[in-house]
Amino acid sequence: MSKQELDTRAAKSLLAIADTWYQQMKGGEIPYITLPTRTKQNIAFDDQTEVWKYGDRESMRSASTEKSAVHLLKMAYVIGFIRQQLREDRSSTLRELYYITEGWRRAKFETQDESNYLVEDLEILADIPREGFHLRPEEDGAGVFGPLRIRESTRRGDRVLHCRDDVGESGYQIPNNLETVELMDHSAKFVVAIETGGMYARLIENGFDEDYHAILVHLKGQPARSTRRLLHRLNEQFHLPVVVFTDGDPWSYRIYASVAYGAIKSAHMSELLATPEAKFLGVQPTDIRVYNLPSDKLTEKDVEALKAELTDPRFATEYWKREINLQLEMQLKSEQQAFAARGLDFVTKEYLPTRLADMGVL
Amino acid sequence: MDNALDACEEAGALPDLFIGIRKVSDEVYRITVEDNGPGIVPAQVPFVFGKLLYGSRFHQVRQSRGQQGIGISAAVLYAQLTTGLPTVVISRTDPKEKAHRFELAIHVESNEPHIVSKKEIEWDRTHGTRVEIELRTSLTAKKRLVEYLKYTSVVNPHARIQVDIDGDKMTFERVSAEPIACPQAIQPHPHGIELGALKRMAEASPAPLSEFLVSSFSRVGKKAAADIGAAAGLEPGRKVKALSAEELKQLHAAFQSVDVPAPPAAQCLSPIGEELIRQGLDKEFQLDFVKARTRPPSVYGGHPFVVEAAIGYGGRLPSDDRALILRFANRVPLMYQPGACAITQSVSDVNWKQYGITQQGLPMGPLLILVHVASTNVPFTSESKDAVAAIPEISKEIDLVLKDLGRELKQFLSRRDRRKAQDDRARAICSIIPEIAVKVAEIVEKPPLDVSPIEGKIMRRVVAKKWTADGMVHLSLRNYTEKEVTLTLYDLSPDEGTGVKPKPAYTDRAGDDFTRVWQVTLPPDEGWDATYRGRGGGRIDLRGVEDSQKVVVDLDV
Repeated sequence: MSKQELDTRAAKSLLAIADTWYQQMKGGEIPYITLPTRTKQNIAFDDQTEVWKYGDRESMRSASTEKSAVHLLKMAYVIGFIRQQLREDRSSTLRELYYITEGWRRAKFETQDESNYLVEDLEILADIPREGFHLRPEEDGAGVFGPLRIRESTRRGDRVLHCRDDVGESGYQIPNNLETVELMDHSAKFVVAIETGGMYARLIENGFDEDYHAILVHLKGQPARSTRRLLHRLNEQFHLPVVVFTDGDPWSYRIYASVAYGAIKSAHMSELLATPEAKFLGVQPTDIRVYNLPSDKLTEKDVEALKAELTDPRFATEYWKREINLQLEMQLKSEQQAFAARGLDFVTKEYLPTRLADMGVL
Repeated sequence: MDNALDACEEAGALPDLFIGIRKVSDEVYRITVEDNGPGIVPAQVPFVFGKLLYGSRFHQVRQSRGQQGIGISAAVLYAQLTTGLPTVVISRTDPKEKAHRFELAIHVESNEPHIVSKKEIEWDRTHGTRVEIELRTSLTAKKRLVEYLKYTSVVNPHARIQVDIDGDKMTFERVSAEPIACPQAIQPHPHGIELGALKRMAEASPAPLSEFLVSSFSRVGKKAAADIGAAAGLEPGRKVKALSAEELKQLHAAFQSVDVPAPPAAQCLSPIGEELIRQGLDKEFQLDFVKARTRPPSVYGGHPFVVEAAIGYGGRLPSDDRALILRFANRVPLMYQPGACAITQSVSDVNWKQYGITQQGLPMGPLLILVHVASTNVPFTSESKDAVAAIPEISKEIDLVLKDLGRELKQFLSRRDRRKAQDDRARAICSIIPEIAVKVAEIVEKPPLDVSPIEGKIMRRVVAKKWTADGMVHLSLRNYTEKEVTLTLYDLSPDEGTGVKPKPAYTDRAGDDFTRVWQVTLPPDEGWDATYRGRGGGRIDLRGVEDSQKVVVDLDV
């Protein structure tokens, strides 16, 4: 969808929400909204799309109490603000939105969490990602490096960039609104999504991208929406396999899960953000044993998290059961950088080629 | 002051007191207490004020205030020791008598009154007593003093107390015109009598033991008297006057070992009563909720007692402080040593959380707790008489009455919360929805909205609406009240009303205007609709329901 199309659709959807309230009130009804219940209990795996989405449970928010009425009032103000922003083709950050509400008297937000949450509600109601509202998060996107050419339409004109030849060693910085980026062409065979900056830099320094025709994407811990959106599009548009390379602990497995299946907070956008075909590369508990990696003992919380994952339907495969049980048995975890114990080239010369061949990617 | 109130009570008069404190010199103050009691006969005056421990009510078994103070003669002595000045007493017993003015002191060596001067004077009161004492003191505890007066007034709502503290004047008004029924003395109960009192009674009696026991004690019959005599190892025919100190001790010990029915409580106790406590609190505190309870009389160790209590909530009580606990013994406020008192202990032993009150040891919040222990012999923890001793029987009664009141408070709080929720709703409807309507109309760029029907729906009213769409005029009635209503709907318009459904009870034409009238009976939550072809306009009106119960809107306007 082009930016214009998205803008038009966003404006239309927001207007439709406001008009629903208008009609409700005109008919003597208290205005209300209906939203899926946004809790863990209402997240369900969609077999068809293989992503996690909100379930059937809905909650109605009606302006019949002061609190809910104020919530709707705030929503109305935000809709008014976004409409204005779209008309003038301006944009603002979520933080700026929070400060703008300062002058809205009763519709003023108490905390930024409140305004963030409300914007997510609007995304669900309007079925439009927040980029369509010209709202972006504060944090900058992570980087991408490799044989990929893109066209970014910036406020100062279009820029065509090759993500290796036209950028520095930290790669091309993924913009918050990926809808402004067109993926033009590539000469890659697969995509590696990497949890830590250290490993991302190691693979660039060792020339892994050139040697193996790989696009490297830095996840920066729990990945931002735009990063996940990029992985989704690389996979969808170019049919490139995506592998996820993280630390070997329960929290990193969840990073993989959010890339592959989606997260609770953004379950309404799972179809756009998740890459169900993404495969987990490592560090696997098996690797810790096979390569005798330097490791730490699991903490109580680690153990708890691993046990929770054993009952999590997202990890209900033979592979994960085997690996998690193995880890519980070893009581050990290792970081990505632990491969450095066998030399700085070990990860690119030995581990990755072997593992990728095993996975059938190479 | 206690003496004054007691005196009025004994005479069955409504107390009218004056308390004056006037600075005379640097550290010397003149304290004046004046009452409209029965007065004291001139012959008695020197003894009442000029002899320590002369107390007229010392041995009477009934509830009286005079158990708390240091005694009026001790005050006289204190004045004499600190300033060297005699105390002035004016008293008059009858309008036919003259008033007598005394200047009195005490012979310290002999504990006998010393009359410095005595004369008959004219006095504007027809009966009553006035005492003026000059003593060395300070006003640093003025706040406590005012509290004391205020609390005294709470439990004596039949008294009017005028106060002048060195020019600072205040009046605690009377709210009840009922004089308090004076408690009647009863005979001592064997379980409650002290050895000293027993000795004095025995010395004064000419009777033999069994007769003495039956006639001088409460609830002692022939059988009990025989049992006591046997337990003490004393012949029933022995003259009690002749009993030795050792034998009296045995007799006193025998009292406790024999079952004797509890003493009669009703006549010797004078609880304030639920209604008067409520009035007293209402008078001195602005409260949102007050409830008082008087427990049935009970007995501990041969002493009748009664516990009453009240709980007040809200109003101007500070909301983030500990509860204000007012303690009383025989209608006298207890101002000191709250921590040592059985009342405070019982208050913190109650689990207030179950009544919706936060608690950190003591309950917190805009809460007032009043507890009054009345007894023929209030047990104190010490001679200073500041704190009620934790006698199990008394603590249990306090606990019961507080729990009872706690339940009442909880009911009040939940009713209040329900009201709050309704208010919250009303605020949302009446104030925020109109704002939403303005903003939404602005966004969709459509005409401003009338949100009054929403109001009617939520405010539980009858809503009548009229609107026009696609050449049809719609009329609708909705009954959002809880009662069935019989309504008359008037529809005045230029439309002829072609194809009207249902048929009006009455149609009229006046010039170009038509009037249609329907009679509709609507049970709660039901609606009624009518349509006809037309272009709308005109107006509708609804009768049969109060204005405050209806909302009428024309959506085309």
